[in-house]
Amino acid sequence: MKTITCSLTRYAPGAVSGSRPIRNFSIISHVDHGKSTLSDRILELTHAVDPRLMREQYLDSMDLERERGITIKAQNVRVHWRDHVLHLIDTPGHVDFTYEVSRSLAACEGAVLLVDASQGIQAQTLATCYQAIENDLEIVAVLNKIDLPAADPERCATEIERVLGIDSSQILRISAKTGEGVPALLDAVVERVPPPSGSPETPLRALIFDSAYDQYRGVVSSIRVVDGVLRSGSRIRFMQAGSTHEAEEVGIRSPASTPVDQLGAGEVGYLVAGIKDVGRARSGETVTSAERPAPEPLAGYRDPKPMVFCGLFPLDGDELPELRDALEKLKLNDSSFTFEPESSKALGFGFRCGFLGLLHMEIVRERLEREFDLSLIATAPSVAYVAHLTDGSEIHFENPSDMPEASRLDHVDEPMLRATVIVPSDYTGTVMELCQSRRGEMLRMEYLSPERLELVYRIPLAEVVVDFFDQLKSRTKGYASLDYEPAGTQTANLVRVDVLINHVPVDAFSTVVHRAQADSYGRRMTEKLRSLIPRQLFDVPIQAAVGGRVIARETVKAKRKDVLAKCYGGDITRKRKLLERQKEGKKRMKSIGRVEVPQEAFVSALRLDDDR
Amino acid sequence: MPAGPARSPADNRLLTLPDEPAREAGLGGFLDAKPDVFGVYVHVPFCRDHCDYCAFSVAVGQEHLAERYSRAIERELAVWKDRGVPLPADTVYLGGGTPSRLPPRLLAEILGSIPRRPGAEVTMEVNPEDLTDDALAAWVAAGVNRISLGVQATCAHVLAGIGRRQDASAGMQAAGLVSAAGLDSWGVDLIIGSPSETDADLLQAIESLSALEMPPSQVSCYLLTVESRTRLARDWRRHPDEEVLSRRYELADEALAAHGYQWVEISNWARPGGGCRHNLATWSGAEYLGLGPSACSHWAGRRWENERSLRRWLACVEAGGSAVAESEVLEPYQVILERLVLALRTPSGVPRSALAGAIDTYPELAELLDPSGEMLVLNRRGRLLCDAVAGYLDPAALG
Ligand SMILES: Nc1nc2c(ncn2[C@@H]2O[C@H](COP(=O)(O)OP(=O)(O)O)[C@@H](O)[C@H]2O)c(=O)[nH]1
Ligand code: SF4
Repeated sequence: MKTITCSLTRYAPGAVSGSRPIRNFSIISHVDHGKSTLSDRILELTHAVDPRLMREQYLDSMDLERERGITIKAQNVRVHWRDHVLHLIDTPGHVDFTYEVSRSLAACEGAVLLVDASQGIQAQTLATCYQAIENDLEIVAVLNKIDLPAADPERCATEIERVLGIDSSQILRISAKTGEGVPALLDAVVERVPPPSGSPETPLRALIFDSAYDQYRGVVSSIRVVDGVLRSGSRIRFMQAGSTHEAEEVGIRSPASTPVDQLGAGEVGYLVAGIKDVGRARSGETVTSAERPAPEPLAGYRDPKPMVFCGLFPLDGDELPELRDALEKLKLNDSSFTFEPESSKALGFGFRCGFLGLLHMEIVRERLEREFDLSLIATAPSVAYVAHLTDGSEIHFENPSDMPEASRLDHVDEPMLRATVIVPSDYTGTVMELCQSRRGEMLRMEYLSPERLELVYRIPLAEVVVDFFDQLKSRTKGYASLDYEPAGTQTANLVRVDVLINHVPVDAFSTVVHRAQADSYGRRMTEKLRSLIPRQLFDVPIQAAVGGRVIARETVKAKRKDVLAKCYGGDITRKRKLLERQKEGKKRMKSIGRVEVPQEAFVSALRLDDDR
Repeated sequence: MPAGPARSPADNRLLTLPDEPAREAGLGGFLDAKPDVFGVYVHVPFCRDHCDYCAFSVAVGQEHLAERYSRAIERELAVWKDRGVPLPADTVYLGGGTPSRLPPRLLAEILGSIPRRPGAEVTMEVNPEDLTDDALAAWVAAGVNRISLGVQATCAHVLAGIGRRQDASAGMQAAGLVSAAGLDSWGVDLIIGSPSETDADLLQAIESLSALEMPPSQVSCYLLTVESRTRLARDWRRHPDEEVLSRRYELADEALAAHGYQWVEISNWARPGGGCRHNLATWSGAEYLGLGPSACSHWAGRRWENERSLRRWLACVEAGGSAVAESEVLEPYQVILERLVLALRTPSGVPRSALAGAIDTYPELAELLDPSGEMLVLNRRGRLLCDAVAGYLDPAALG
């Protein structure tokens, strides 16, 4: 096989697999367990990055990711270790992105399970690890942070042996911080992870496991060649999208992007194919040759399916075009969220957006506000319901305003999750209490070690999207970890609670809740609004109602006194300016049932953090 | 010093000057009703103490600057004379601060430098503790013909509660002296609604004032206001309660009416002809020149405000330049808005059209206003909500 091309300036050696054996692996770990630190050490040890240019945590590049300490976009990097080529494939680190994780894992033959030895294994890590084992990946288990006095490698090793069946004598111990044990870890990867098995002779099949939009080059996809050879300049076909492109540039990341003339079976790199929208190069896509296509795509592709929805409205109605623009731009880089125009009587025009999960929702919202400088009002998150009507028909809805009248309803199905919580046994009680209050049904409870146990619940998604995670964290002082996966639907006694200001329903506040929770939701919302709505010249009733029956009521008492005692000299100018400002401010108010409600009141009322 | 802001109240006849043209001429008439008088306001910043509720520009312990201050007032006046302000003045108002802390000689020199029409009103704010027979005689000799007495409260616990260091008996004693002096027109300021005051305290103050030989022709009752960056602002236990303030206001309005005082402005009540012409003119949009630190002026379509601190103001004036800190030219709609806002605070009221649109949407507004010909005038409950109602004024409706 060709190993060197003539143009050294443009092309680095391609198809290194011909001369050196390959190992493809990813690191599975929980936030803060040290994945970035370990990646940095690996880059240093393998001289992939000039230490002087070394930016800490090279692989986590997005600002938002750095701040939140999570990886959203999967990156990959090629390094050399003892005559082997190692491809380190980074995986997204959050439960919202389980499908993306599964695609990254599909590009590997092995995974390093990295566990903080002072913490122990966490729920999501465990779930991802099970996924890796199902995909036949070789697991190299590693305990990190052994330099910490609080590290308890014995206990952690026993736990891992118990839940994953990995012999504790096989479990490595390292300190990513000091570098201790990292060379041995790389040796273990070379020894234990099997080499890729694809054949260079069969038709090309390559897996896209991540795509990012670059404003100069268009979409850049991370790609793993499974069979055949991907040549720069060749005609290629995307089997799921059904589109044909030219492989404009094929390259490797080491970690700087370096074009190569081809990638052979088992190699990992990137592909630029003149695509402008990441939605056309989705994770899970199979790339084949246009001339000699493979008969079958690779298994496991799934269309992204939004699970959580909310309305996003510009705080200033004039910014609607900017919001649309921003959503379209973001969509270029994130095909997994959806949006369509929505109009609300209370909030005006905006967009109904769908997300993979709560974190995804927050990330999109934050990017809109930060990168596009928009001020937004977000409605409470909701989920996709199916209403079965008495006439036998079905209606799918996720916007509470679209829930059919009770009289037409036979029953409503709501989406369910299978949620796994791993928690120190001291907190079992409080976690069970939380899950029960959120209508969870316990499926399983198992001790991982005498100190920690795993709880599995079947729980409505709608209950999890409303600050469940924050509650879990605060009730367990941050020790609980959560993982969940969709688990079908279930019939539930759901009602829509409407909130009325001065007898006028405010669509933005309508919510679907279980009947048993309607009263407390109604009370909370009316109390909150009473403190947020400025007093008017008349009493303003604030009511919560289910199907026209009022379940909670508060009153914003009429103003009694609003007058400046003194009006001399400079007071006159101050008073006039105040009035001028107020008139300006009225543009930022929504008039509901003759009540001027400041936008800020919507923002605060819809904020969830101070609830429950 | 006179308390607070304290320039005093009004005169019903002057308010509707000249002979009720507003009603006859409709909207144009409302705007044309600006009285053709010119006033001079002099801000005298010296105070003995800084009262806890006070946010005025005051200078405590700076009396050694009084001489320089007086020269600078004369100099500032000369500058404006050169620029053509329409003197002589119809009214002069010495406010503060505490004008009664100025030595009578300097006071006489300042007044002597201000050209006045015959019969001009010359009001002086006076701190009760500064008032003696001799002082009063000296002020009258200097040209003062109206006193505004800063009594504020007649009970020790009320004075202590608002943080004014004044002997409790001084107020009524001074009032007695002014009453005996035979002035045609004089006023008293009260601060009402503090948590330390009871209904009875307020009623008793009004009773004692009305029982004087020659009662004040005007009484001003200011609802205690917590101004930011004052000592009062930092002590929430002394902050007034909205319901108490409202009740005290209503109580004062009733009690004063019973003694022959009519409201002439939100916080001012006067017997016929007994109001302060200077302030009445201000509220009907008249022009005036302000001298001294923090003084405001309104002339030739412009409003401006002087430097607030005594030292900065002195420095500016002594350098021969202007002491103006902020100035703006009023747009036509701003002129209309100001006139409406001010008129709403008085019994002249605003043209119906300025609120007609709002009343359609908010019929509740109608319950706060009494019709008076083509005008709408705030009733007692409405006066307490004056600023809320002002928010609905529509200058555009007047064309
Ligand atoms: N003491 C110690 N700290 C470590 C070690 N590895 C990582 N850390 C620290 O743990 C924190 C989280 O590490 P990071 O690599 O950002 O975790 P990630 O979220 O998994 O990428 C950082 O403060 C690291 O400095 C280690 O081996 N020993
Ligand atoms: S400090 Fe007291 S005396 Fe001086 S102006 Fe203020 S209220 Fe009047």
